[in-house]
Formats: sequence, C-alpha cells, structure tokens
Amino acid sequence: MKVLVYPPNSLILADLVERFGHEPVVLMREIGEHVRDPEIDAPPLNVTEADIKRSLKYVSVEEPAGLKGRIGLLAPLLEEAEASIIMTDAPPTYGCMGCAVADELFKYLIRNKKIPTLEVRYEGGDRMEEVVMRIKEFLERLHAYERR
Amino acid sequence: MGYSDAGKRVSVLWEVIWMRAKVAQISCGTEYSGVQPVLKEMAERAGIELLYPEMTLEEIDAACEEVGFRARSPSLNMMIAKAVSAMKDPTIKGAILLTCFKCSEGAIVRDLVRRYMQEHRGEIPIITYSNVEKPKEAEIFARFDALSTIITKKSLLMRQRQEGTTVGIDSGSSMTKVVVMHENEIASSVWLPTTDPLESAEKALESALSDACMKRSEIDAIGVTGYGRDIIADAIRADLNIEEVSIVAKGAAVLADAHRGNATVIDIGGMSNKLLLMRDGIVNSFSLGGICGGSSGRFLEVVSHRLDVDVEGLGELALRSTQKFELQSYCMVFGIQSLVVALASGIRREDVAAAACRSVAEQVYENQMREMTIKPPVIFVGGVSLVKGVKKEFEEIIGSEIIVPHHSQFAGAVGIATIASGV
Repeated sequence: MKVLVYPPNSLILADLVERFGHEPVVLMREIGEHVRDPEIDAPPLNVTEADIKRSLKYVSVEEPAGLKGRIGLLAPLLEEAEASIIMTDAPPTYGCMGCAVADELFKYLIRNKKIPTLEVRYEGGDRMEEVVMRIKEFLERLHAYERR
Repeated sequence: MGYSDAGKRVSVLWEVIWMRAKVAQISCGTEYSGVQPVLKEMAERAGIELLYPEMTLEEIDAACEEVGFRARSPSLNMMIAKAVSAMKDPTIKGAILLTCFKCSEGAIVRDLVRRYMQEHRGEIPIITYSNVEKPKEAEIFARFDALSTIITKKSLLMRQRQEGTTVGIDSGSSMTKVVVMHENEIASSVWLPTTDPLESAEKALESALSDACMKRSEIDAIGVTGYGRDIIADAIRADLNIEEVSIVAKGAAVLADAHRGNATVIDIGGMSNKLLLMRDGIVNSFSLGGICGGSSGRFLEVVSHRLDVDVEGLGELALRSTQKFELQSYCMVFGIQSLVVALASGIRREDVAAAACRSVAEQVYENQMREMTIKPPVIFVGGVSLVKGVKKEFEEIIGSEIIVPHHSQFAGAVGIATIASGV
C-alpha cells in the first residue's frame, strides 16, 4: 500500500514503511520531481504558482503564501496516500514541517481522508523501541487490510 | 587585449565583487511561498549578495533562549537562530527580514528579531517585508536598491553641505521637482506635474535655470533621483543617479539642519510614503509604504476635489474642524464613500477634511511608524507635508512637535543636488 508518513520528510519512517513491504509516500520525491523539472526555473524548491493554486482546494485564499506553498507541495501526497503514519511531537531532526499552521492543517487533512492511520507520539531513548513495534504491527495489519 | 587592459578588467571586476553589499536574508521559508527567485533576481539587480546565515540544530535552542522567545513553528525558531548567527558575522552589512503576509506568528517573530538585531548591531540597516505569492518586483527592488546605497555609498552620503552650483531633479510619481543650488542655498525651485517623466524633467529644469538666471554650462553637476531617474539620467547625461530613500533623508537633513545625532523623516508623496530613521544625516533604517494608496497624497487629492478646494486648502480647512469625525475606511474607494455619506448626512466640510488628514496620518502610523522606534526630531517632507492638517494629526498621534522645513516638498531634489556636489 502507499503509506504517507508524517513528518513528510522523515527518512526513518520512510525506511520502516519500505522494510515492511509498503511504498512510502514522502515529500522528498515531490520536491525531487520539482527540482529536476527542466521546465521550471524557480529555485531552490521550484515552488510555482501552479503549486500555490493547487493548495486552494484545501486552504482559503486568505491564508499566508508559505502555508499555501507547503500545502500545494503536499497535496499530491495526500491524494495518493492509501494509509498513513503520523508521528506527533517529533524533534526537527526527525523530519520537520516548519510552519505550525501548515502542520496542524495537514494532519487534519490526513485524518479527514479516513484512510487507515496510525498516530504515535515521538518517544526518545528506550521507549522508541515500543514506538517502532507499534509501527511494525500497523504496517503488518495493512497487508491483511489490503488482502480484504 | 594587452596586459594593461586585462589588469583594468580584473580591477573593475574586483571592484564589482568588492562593492556588492552582503545582506543576510533572514526568513522562515520563503522558498515555499514562491518568492525566492524574485528576491534573488532583484538583489542581483541592486548589487546585493544575499547570504543565508548558518547554524547547527543545537544553536537553535540557544538562540531562542537568547532572544527569549520560542515559536510553535520550527522554521520561525530557525529564523531566530539565523538572526543570532548573522549578528556574529562582521561581513554582513545589512539584513532583510521576511515572513508571510497575514502570518501572525511570523509577524511577532519578525518584530522580535528586528528589535534584537537593532539592539545588538544598530549600525546595520534592516528592512522588513511581508511576502505574498505574487510579489511586486518594483517594491522589492526599491528596498534592495536603497539598502545597497546605504551600505556601499556611505562616504558619498556623508556630505553635509552643497558646494558650487548644482541641480537636483526629483522625478516623482505625481510631481517633478527641480532645484538649482549655489553654495548650500536654493537659487531657484520648480515643481510641475509629472506627465511624461523626461518631458516634465526637461521643462522643470529649463524653468529652474531661467528662474536662477543661469545657463546649463554654469552648472557643475546634475543629480537625478525618483521614479523616472534612469530615463532622465541617460537623456540629460546626469552626473549622479541615486534611488530616493537615502536621498530624501539627506535632503531632509540639509533642509532641517539635522546632521548630528538621530532623526526621523516622514516623506509622503503623491503615490508613496516612506519612514526613514537617520543617524548623523544618513538613513540607517527605513520602511516603505505600498500596501494601500489611501496613505498617499493621491487620497488627499481626491478628497480635496470632492470638497472643492486645492490640496493645501484642504489642510487649512482641516485646521478649522471643531467636531471629531472618523472615516469608516482607509481605502481610497471606501474612505471616499464614507466621506460622501458623511457630507450627505450634514457633517461639516471642515470635520470631513480633518478626518481625511487623520486617515492618512493614522495609516502611516499604524503600518510603518509603530514597527520602528521613532527618534526625535521628526522631520516631515514631501508634497503632503504642505497639508497643515496632516502635520497636526501626526503631532497628535505621536505626541511631539514635527518639523516641516521650508521647501519641504523639494527634499529629494535638495538631497541629490547636495550629494552631486561631491561627485
């Protein structure tokens, strides 16, 4: 299944999804496609007016430009996702959303999509093992869900 | 190409590299709002090298501690850390602070960061900008251009006295102003409505020379500033062409004899307004209007037309107000609509005129003056400074006297004529 990870640039979550036989849906791929697109010349992230307009499906036109740009980049991931893992309270080193409002809104959009979703709180130290176990169980259950 | 040519080229190239002003871009993620390419292009055009201060993740926590604020958005905490890092880099000569327009948390952090930077390195000019997804190139360029002048032409801006005979041309959006100056005195001054910028400038120049009984050959140097400066400078082969922010400040310093210590300049013209903070006659921080035409002279022109007086007469009329009345909107359209409704409901013309003057003063105060620390003396220049009602309203708002020097509408022309005498 296509599993959206959140924070959307978390390498650790993306790796876990892949290890347990699913396809991670991550921001790096979307940004990579933008950056490598020879047709666009708007460095560094090649965020264009089209991305900002795409976000208007999810956010009001009155919202700040940075919020629209972020949601515009994330929108294709949301539309593609069949399941998701949301890690809350993660430190910036774990993967970062940057803007608190975009963070809140995107988590809401994932929940509202009504796809199988696991929400786990980031735990440091030894308790991280428990978190990984919960993610593992969720990803294994997704296989059963897929077979149904 | 001989060795000497090659050497000259290298030296010119070195000079260009050397002269590029290093400005720190301190923002929370402009790359997501699509404005970064415009920022980069405008910076390059203005001769600015944008630098992005670096920091480690550990330094973010320490920086938030130092500034005393931690935002919910990690990118804003990173912005705080970038500011702290920039303060430690002596090669950085200016800063631009950017957050998204309408982001409340961003506006808080931007203001805190600006105050922190001014406290720690008050000598470097800082500009702020609220980015939107369709940024106005001209607005960004005007800010970068001014920043570049302040950083790279400081020695030129240090001139306090006009010497010899020079001409200053200020090609404004509404009026073209020309002064002929001789040994620090204004020999003649002319202001004409700007139609075609070049034609208006040539006409005003001819008229100013004729009033001063001088020929072009007697002029030592001509300086040009204002919106139409590039086209005019090329056509008349001007000796100096500089953007208006630093020049208006210099003109205000000359007109008000405020060459020492701190001063604040309010400049309201036909279609723009500026707030400039000066130290020793050189601007070191500024805020440019541009969000709404309701805080410009054009708004007062429309009001005066509706009240059937000229713009200066509007100010006189406002001084006779006895009842306080507020316009319902700062907007050029809805403010005038409110004015029409007020007149129809029997509110006196004097009170409506005062309300219009207050509307301009309040808007400049709310949008620009509040975000900067006003340092006396406050000097009011530009065409709107001649409207006495606006001066009175500013004085009431800030609670101190405002200086409107003689020839205040010629501040830009006087500034460039003064600087041109040093070229």
